Amino acid sequence: MTRTASLAIARTVGRLSRRLGRGGGTSAPGKVLLKIRPGAIQELSARLPMGSLVVSATNGKTTTARLVASCLAVEGRRVLGNTAGANLLSGVATALLDGSARRPRPEVGLFEVDEFALPEVARRLRPRVLVLMNLFRDQLDRYGELEAIADAWAAVVAELPPDTILVLNADDPAVAELGAAAGRRATYFGIDDPTAALAELPHAADSIRCRNCAAPLAYDRVVLGHMGDWHCTACDRRRPVPDVRATRVRLEGTTGLRLEIATPDGPVSADIALPGMHNAYNATAAAAAAIALGIPRDHIGAGLAAADAAFGRAERVRIGDRDAVLLLAKNPAGANVTVQTVLLDPEPLHLLVALNDRTADGHDVSWIWDVDYEPLLPRLERLTVTGDRAYDMALRFVYAGLDRDRVTVLESPEAALDAAVGDLPEGRTLYVLPTYTAMLGLREILVRRGVAEAFWHDS
Amino acid sequence: MAVLRVCHLYPGELNIYADRGNIAVLRRRCEWRGHRLEVLEAGIGDPIPADHDLYYLGGGQDRDQLVVAEDLPATKAAALRSAMADGAVLLAVCGGFQLAGHGYTAVDGSRMPGIGLLDADTVAGPTRLIGDLVIEAELEGERHRVVGFENHAGRTTLGPGSVPLGRVSSGHGNNGADGGEGAVTGRAIGTYLHGPLLPKNPWLADTVIRWGLEHAGGAPVRLDPLEDHLEESAHAAAVARAGVRR
Repeated sequence: MTRTASLAIARTVGRLSRRLGRGGGTSAPGKVLLKIRPGAIQELSARLPMGSLVVSATNGKTTTARLVASCLAVEGRRVLGNTAGANLLSGVATALLDGSARRPRPEVGLFEVDEFALPEVARRLRPRVLVLMNLFRDQLDRYGELEAIADAWAAVVAELPPDTILVLNADDPAVAELGAAAGRRATYFGIDDPTAALAELPHAADSIRCRNCAAPLAYDRVVLGHMGDWHCTACDRRRPVPDVRATRVRLEGTTGLRLEIATPDGPVSADIALPGMHNAYNATAAAAAAIALGIPRDHIGAGLAAADAAFGRAERVRIGDRDAVLLLAKNPAGANVTVQTVLLDPEPLHLLVALNDRTADGHDVSWIWDVDYEPLLPRLERLTVTGDRAYDMALRFVYAGLDRDRVTVLESPEAALDAAVGDLPEGRTLYVLPTYTAMLGLREILVRRGVAEAFWHDS
Repeated sequence: MAVLRVCHLYPGELNIYADRGNIAVLRRRCEWRGHRLEVLEAGIGDPIPADHDLYYLGGGQDRDQLVVAEDLPATKAAALRSAMADGAVLLAVCGGFQLAGHGYTAVDGSRMPGIGLLDADTVAGPTRLIGDLVIEAELEGERHRVVGFENHAGRTTLGPGSVPLGRVSSGHGNNGADGGEGAVTGRAIGTYLHGPLLPKNPWLADTVIRWGLEHAGGAPVRLDPLEDHLEESAHAAAVARAGVRR
């Protein structure tokens, strides 16, 4: 079959998928395309004059890709990417397929890639820039344990073409080790603000042993999860000096943050409309990625400042005359930073927590017991829980010490949303902490009510 | 008021399946009845006392379990054996279950020795056994359904010194073949059930608490019933889930 015919068939699948109401057709066309033309990713990506940038991580890949896209938009570059969150091989293929029909042609590919899909995507895409941000415990039932992912990533790095620019998080020991183990030059990023420090490693911290020698790691400063200024207690491994480093992070409540970043090209500063320390990491990673793409620093500052939230990631919606913020919380490290971010709101807290256990969430819900929800308890005014495993979440809070009669369990997400919003005093914000499919479900309700945009219209 | 003294073994290394949730359940269900829970955390190299009421051993990543397997016989096995002989309780989950047995033979043939408190031996299989798990458990003649999640590559078989904790209704259990799940010898329990194990299984939680308090006081104990509506609902949701996915 010719290339043109293959592309046409695959595009028809996308239109059908959309018409049948099966989501945005963000994966199916790519699946078909790869069946009938296995080399499609190599072929289509080779046409991009600026090549591709790939971001992978347990947490923050969607937002970071969005921040880089915003910098490229300031540059006036035509970007092709998988912004709808379809981040497996088929999603990348679909994005390339959609881009191949666009005129004028896209110049650069920007892909956020699932951590386990990274090996096959990187092998086919041969990215010009590969950004690896963090590894946290995520869906153990789907992915196996953290070590296995780190090993798979090490194999990816070992196979990279010599001209690929590798951008690594200096503050994540397992990620930083990828550069040292491969004996490869990398651009490191990290957070160097001495005031950005937790008192101790949180319970959910994962990389407490050296990947090189298995001895315990020690920290001079913990920023988030197991990320910070680390060194091995036995061998010579320590946090590399970052090339791109956030020298000042000022968290501004639950609405945004101000960031000053030192780069080899000079300082970059930006007010960013995304809250929390995790977004300081995302923005610093995005700045390092943008520098790797050759974007000048004034455009990077403007791009970071112009970016808004990706769907479900600190996305603010207006429901009637009340505000709600969707904060995706899909694993312990992500949920911990979400809790910390919510606590930046000085008012008594209204929370809706939605726990599903579908394939994209992970079937195993035990991770909620690794999240430090306890700091919320003295600040909670109202807690509503919902989702397939709403009662598991209720137990999590009850065994943390919350009175049983202060938890409202409503299995229907729509009923739970309405109850939580209905109870919200004027001027307050409802914080919604959903897992991935719970977030998609809640957004469907919001889209149906006309208060949020369908995510496949996102650009 | 009584005090239940718990020794939590390797909380830094063996904690991958939210083992602290099990400790939280032991703590609250004691406190709600006016009892107190004291937890001693013992890590690598720490010697442990033999006089505690309940010893808890969780599961970890492979590398951490190897470190633990070296440390257990050196600093803890003797005290554990003496505590078990004295009627103390052992709850060993996932990797902890394997370590409490005779040992684990990996795919490459290498052997991680256990401490033999349970008559169970584990050999790595070609695939991981993953999913919702429902069993009909039996302890002291009482039968109850117990639910959770399993995720293990090891296939465990029991010798005559242990009986299974229960029979699998849905899921894989010890080895996916003989229908057994977990192992019990006296008051030592090993199981692959996590989720964590205790929040959704109040009967099992109260059984080990009661055993622990009986060890502490040297006399039979009757626990006051608790309001368990949320626990029973979560239990039912997990059972329904296991039915749906199979």
